[in-house]
Amino acid sequence: MTTIISAKDVHLSYGDYEALHGINLNFKEKELTALIGPSGCGKSTFLRCLNRMNDDIENIKIAGEIKFEGQDIYDPKTDLVNLRKEVGMVFQQPTPFPFSVYDNVAYGLKIAGVKDKALIDQRVEESLKQAAIWKETKNNLNRNAQAFSGGQQQRICIARALAVRPKVVLLDEPTSALDPISSSEIEETLIDLKHQYTFIMVTHNLQQAGRISDQTAFLMNGDLIEAGPTEEVFIAPKKQITSDYLNGRFG
Amino acid sequence: MDNKDKLKEVVDQAIANQHVPHVKLKRMGPSSVDIDKLTKPSKETHQEYWGKGLTYFAIALIIVLVVSIIGFVGYHGLATFINDHVNVFHFLTSTDWDPGEGKNHVGAAVMIVTSFLVTLLAALVATPFAIAIALYMTEYSSKKGANFLQSVTELLVGIPSVVYGFLGLTIIVPVIRKLFGGTGFGILAATLVLFVMVLPTITSLTVDSLKAVPGHFRKASMALGATHWQTIYHVVLRVATPRILTAVIFGMARAFGEALAVQMVIGNAVLMPYNLVSPSATLTSQLTSQMGNTVMGTLPNNALWSLALLLLIMSLVFNFLVKLIGKKGQK
Repeated sequence: MTTIISAKDVHLSYGDYEALHGINLNFKEKELTALIGPSGCGKSTFLRCLNRMNDDIENIKIAGEIKFEGQDIYDPKTDLVNLRKEVGMVFQQPTPFPFSVYDNVAYGLKIAGVKDKALIDQRVEESLKQAAIWKETKNNLNRNAQAFSGGQQQRICIARALAVRPKVVLLDEPTSALDPISSSEIEETLIDLKHQYTFIMVTHNLQQAGRISDQTAFLMNGDLIEAGPTEEVFIAPKKQITSDYLNGRFG
Repeated sequence: MDNKDKLKEVVDQAIANQHVPHVKLKRMGPSSVDIDKLTKPSKETHQEYWGKGLTYFAIALIIVLVVSIIGFVGYHGLATFINDHVNVFHFLTSTDWDPGEGKNHVGAAVMIVTSFLVTLLAALVATPFAIAIALYMTEYSSKKGANFLQSVTELLVGIPSVVYGFLGLTIIVPVIRKLFGGTGFGILAATLVLFVMVLPTITSLTVDSLKAVPGHFRKASMALGATHWQTIYHVVLRVATPRILTAVIFGMARAFGEALAVQMVIGNAVLMPYNLVSPSATLTSQLTSQMGNTVMGTLPNNALWSLALLLLIMSLVFNFLVKLIGKKGQK
């Protein structure tokens, strides 16, 4: 499988505090990579570097190289709009706009200048089906998205991210604000979709990482400790500290 | 009370029948055997009671005040129609305003039209500027810049209306006279003065409404590939629209009720405006300029009260609109 995103020696600091100390990590196409590690280890910070959502933070400095399909995304000429259409994002809290389900899912297409109503209709339906929320929404497309339950809202957000057909979807703890049943529904959705998209997911839930990811990367205190196929990392970790973390000796 | 007596009896009995010499059951007296411990009101409960009483008293006072104001204005305002037999329809549609001449000369249409015109025009001109300033303050400027602009708007709110009127009279009226001819007094001058006066009101309320849009909507929009401007236009403004409309209505209420500054530049002639620079009069300007010239209880005086009643009704309408939009926005 080919590498779609490669990070080379990524350093990130807020003012004087360095949060990432040189991360080297490659992400393979059409796989689900889980980023795990204790709170504050820098995994979410690193995730946000991949579609440059950190740019607006004051006093931030990012060094190193992150390439998406061979192009450096931190090149000054990079167009953020183009980048984020290829690398979408789903957040921890469900963040549907207070619009109708249809307007939410169509949002990315609308701002991209798509005018073709038939195409938008088709994409909305496809994306809602992919996110496994079509059944609940097909008769309520005009209902306010915020009137749905938390799990349903999160799947509407996944549909919204998928509607622009990104190549990569970043997921920042997508289920940690949800109840166990909604979480497992979202996990199933991701398993069904991972042959079509590349997912990079930050999660605190080790079982979840074990269940659905193909690759796992373990970060601690701003360093990448270990990365590899999920089974290897979970069953035969190369480093003692990884094993300690996975066995709950600290966290 | 029964319980207390019973307990006392039991304790006395026990003391009398002490069988165990080394455990002396002491009589503790009625105050020590405090069986009211939980039912006696505490100091805190007393304070609660008084605090509640104080707020109820204050609210009752306000209600009495509001009711008596509405009652008084209503009583005098309606006297025109009940005692002096002025036709309500005639009052609202006739342009003939000369109450001293009898009941057929009490037509407020000029004031009504002019009041609405200056209000609508001022809001129409001020709103785009207010939204632009508010967007700059919340979305683009640095914290320092936003704080500076905030102090400027607060300062503008605090300037007394007579100062605005004076400035309008000294600067705007002569400029209009030069540019468009005529006296310079009229709707245009009033609109411009009111524009400056309602701008800070609409701006600061619009800033509040934009700040109330949760940050995660902006992030989610940016993450979908939207530019900053697209995010503002398609998400922030759309989410904030009901509250921005509320801000505009508050501004209109202020413009509609402004008396002094308008009176100084409108011309104070009860003539139907035929263009933007012809002298006219609003409900408020007519009230302030004429109230010293009438005798309580006469038709001219009652007619002024009717204008006041109209103003009161309009402010109720503005309040109602704000509530209505607020409710719609919650859906």
